[in-house]
Amino acid sequence: MNSYTQIIKNGLWKNNQAFVALLGLCPLLAVSNTVINGLGLGIATTITLILSNSIVSLIRNQVGSEIRLPVFVLIIASIVTAIELIMNAFFYELYLILGIFIPLIVTNCSIIGRAEAFASKNPMGASFFDGLGMGLGFTAALVILGAVREVLGSGTLFANAHLMFGEAARNMTIHVMTDYEGFLLAILPPGAFIGLGLLIALKNVIDKKLAEPAKQEVSLTLSAKKS
Amino acid sequence: MADNKSFMIKAGSVLGLFSLIGIGLVSLTHSFTHEQIAENERLFVLKNLRELVPNNLHDNDLLADTITITDSDAFGTNTSVTIYRATKNQQLVAIIANPIAPDGYSGSIKLLVAIKANGELLGVRAVSHHETPGLGDAIDTNKSDWVYAFNGRSLANLNAKHWRVKRDGGEFDQFTGATITPRAVVKAVLKTLQYYQANKAELSENALSSTSKKLMPLGSKAELTKQTNE
Repeated sequence: MNSYTQIIKNGLWKNNQAFVALLGLCPLLAVSNTVINGLGLGIATTITLILSNSIVSLIRNQVGSEIRLPVFVLIIASIVTAIELIMNAFFYELYLILGIFIPLIVTNCSIIGRAEAFASKNPMGASFFDGLGMGLGFTAALVILGAVREVLGSGTLFANAHLMFGEAARNMTIHVMTDYEGFLLAILPPGAFIGLGLLIALKNVIDKKLAEPAKQEVSLTLSAKKS
Repeated sequence: MADNKSFMIKAGSVLGLFSLIGIGLVSLTHSFTHEQIAENERLFVLKNLRELVPNNLHDNDLLADTITITDSDAFGTNTSVTIYRATKNQQLVAIIANPIAPDGYSGSIKLLVAIKANGELLGVRAVSHHETPGLGDAIDTNKSDWVYAFNGRSLANLNAKHWRVKRDGGEFDQFTGATITPRAVVKAVLKTLQYYQANKAELSENALSSTSKKLMPLGSKAELTKQTNE
């Protein structure tokens, strides 16, 4: 069980697909202009990751290494197409917004990346949690970047929440700044690059801060040994 | 050699098997979602149409009474355009066309243009576009009121020369920093109005089976109005 939490932690922070591996930038940069858009694509990506990881892990001993990549691509493409159809049927308005980015999940290299790097070598349980962790990490990146861009760009949070959670969520929109003119750059693609860069920098600063006490301890024990 | 061959056959059949599984999964999903998807698309179109032609104006099924026309001069697209007809007691009340303004700042702008039987505009909506957020996207009703300026306009109460943005000497506001978008929309709306004027009689006919009627192309009529204007 401990290794599962380790796997999840890995996906959320240490090997975050968006902030560390820098995979899946195309959907990440294109869809992260509001929190809800980011959350929608994040959930779709997570489901794809969990399913593709589980299935790939299940068949990892049956499929020879020569044909494993085409088989993985087939599996991922089928799953994404099925998810696209389901979203089109049951979350139509969100589908209209995310529209072209749902098929693009296929091209999100983190999915084939996890299938190849993790699921093809590990048992199903671990692969399931790897998919979950990596998906959640990617979703978190989308939502955080979406929140930064939405607040700066239009001064709101959770706009259009009703597209995902139904009519009851229409009032979920938070107007962080009233009478805000909007900062156009944040919504446009350059804003996504700048925002992502700042978030990666922030993560590195936090990592450094976390690493410092550990380093000090090591150097203390070292100097204690010397004397 | 024989080993290699049997390996290739095995690998090929595994690949084929997974293709079949993939196809199966997608067809299965398709079979239980396609009705819902068609219904969603129908409702979405209907919602847009309702906004332009309220229920109390007509008593027919808007989606059932349509004419399909291909006229790239009038509608800015080589593919066929659907014209929805709203009727009350068998009398034409309004038509809704979905022309495309091909010369937007970032590609085509899909429009819905509703015209009352007397040639007056009931309203215009931008259904889909890729105009710059914050500049050109003011054609959206949830971004600005600009598109409502078309309501009540007609070829009769506004000379064709004034069917332009203000910068070009017309009646319609442009946006700060974005003239191309409103210019394209105004042009497309004008063309649709001219098309309606030229084909009014045919469009008003009651026959429901008028799907493949040969209607007068806009080009010749546009020339005519131009001449009379000068």
